[in-house]
Amino acid sequence: MELNLGLSFVVGAVVGVSAALLGIFIVLYRLSLAGDALSHVALPGIGIAVLVGISPTIGAIVFLFAGVISIIMIERYTTLPIDAIVGVFFTTSLAIGALLAPSSEELLESLFGEITGISAINAILGIFFGLVVIALTLYKYKDFTRLTLSTDFAQSEGQSVESSEFALLLLLTVMIAIGIKIVGILLLGALIIIPPAAAKNIGRSLRTVTILAVSIGFIAVIVGMVLANFLDLQPGPMIVLTNTAFFILSLIIRRS
Amino acid sequence: MFLEVKDLSVKINGDYVIEDVSFDIEKGDIVAIIGPNGAGKTTLLHAIMGLIPYEGNIHWHSVAKIGYVPQRFKFDHTYPLTVEELFLLKTGQRSFWFSSNAQINDIKKALSHTGVEELSGKRVGELSMGQLQRVFIAYSLFGKPDLLLFDEPTAGIDIGSEMSIYGLLREINHELDITIVLVSHDLSIVYQYANNVICINRKMACFGMPSQVLTPEQLKELYGPHIGFYEHDHGDEEDKS
Repeated sequence: MELNLGLSFVVGAVVGVSAALLGIFIVLYRLSLAGDALSHVALPGIGIAVLVGISPTIGAIVFLFAGVISIIMIERYTTLPIDAIVGVFFTTSLAIGALLAPSSEELLESLFGEITGISAINAILGIFFGLVVIALTLYKYKDFTRLTLSTDFAQSEGQSVESSEFALLLLLTVMIAIGIKIVGILLLGALIIIPPAAAKNIGRSLRTVTILAVSIGFIAVIVGMVLANFLDLQPGPMIVLTNTAFFILSLIIRRS
Repeated sequence: MFLEVKDLSVKINGDYVIEDVSFDIEKGDIVAIIGPNGAGKTTLLHAIMGLIPYEGNIHWHSVAKIGYVPQRFKFDHTYPLTVEELFLLKTGQRSFWFSSNAQINDIKKALSHTGVEELSGKRVGELSMGQLQRVFIAYSLFGKPDLLLFDEPTAGIDIGSEMSIYGLLREINHELDITIVLVSHDLSIVYQYANNVICINRKMACFGMPSQVLTPEQLKELYGPHIGFYEHDHGDEEDKS
């Protein structure tokens, strides 16, 4: 059932803003590559869910949570850097997902998203969890700042590095689960990484970078969806390309 | 009497990193902690701050607000945080986004204590080691502490800036009446600035005034038999701080 266009714009905007806001700390904590690869961990979950006959989103979330917990536990137990561990999980998940591959239509949808094709219930869930991510990220804003600036500094301020790291990864998981519907697994990393990266090129202070990242995240989604609608192209890739355009713009501004 | 530490021991991963350490600190003291690398000096600071579990007794005679300036923070020099925002991280949540004029003035005042007022708009990653150290000293002063702990305050800083940092610490001690505990490798600094010394090499090796306690025998016991040291007569050297 085709979703009301207005509602899909709202979903897209909320997801764009929440991804950009959280993405600031993902990028600053050098989790960018991990964030991108982490989205691929969801693939087997989607495959299993479709085979079993339940909502792919739930399959994705369950697998992601299990994946994130396992990754954190392995990080604590070994001395491996987190993006290396995520790399192992990501390649393994792609392999399992390929073996369990659902029908080609569903696979395409999970890879590239289909924001105008999601049901009203999923749209409302997406808006709800997007707002939750925004609220919690703002609540943990100072903790995340100290954590990503320097873990030694955060610790000397009496902050628990472990729980801040865990909170960050958990929010990332939720973000990925809802973002998959909008732009799909392959392109999700772009929503989280590009707006903050572009903002960091231009902004001098953290407040400026935050406002810029969130603005770019919002505008890129709206403009991408408008262009997609106008040119009759897929919205997911168009949103990513609009983000890329902003990034290129930020490089130009930085050089001047 | 300000702080009384008795038979303090800290175990990390099953081994004692410090064992049976005892000392007293009076209000207004400048106390230096010396010892070889790995002796447990930083661990001692962490125990005093209550950041790690310990055995033994740490007794504060009055409520003390502690400020801590650690050895070195490693962070990315492109991190987009200004010095002013670093201070805003300390105050109440709302004020990070909507800082009042009063707050900005408080920050400028804290920075002026260490002579770096003009750096408030610069990114923290763009500062030199000396500038950064002064910013972090100002940051620790911002919370109006009673006691300041410095872990090797001048590690990695050039000689010229080093002297002025110690002069700054003495100024903070005299003018703001703040008790100072500092970890230092530099014995001449200890002689010049500290009124009490704690020597640590896992166990307590000495505690007392520098002139009484830093004898050749004592230092050999602390650092090992292979050290050599030379005594300079500084004579009537002018206090350059």
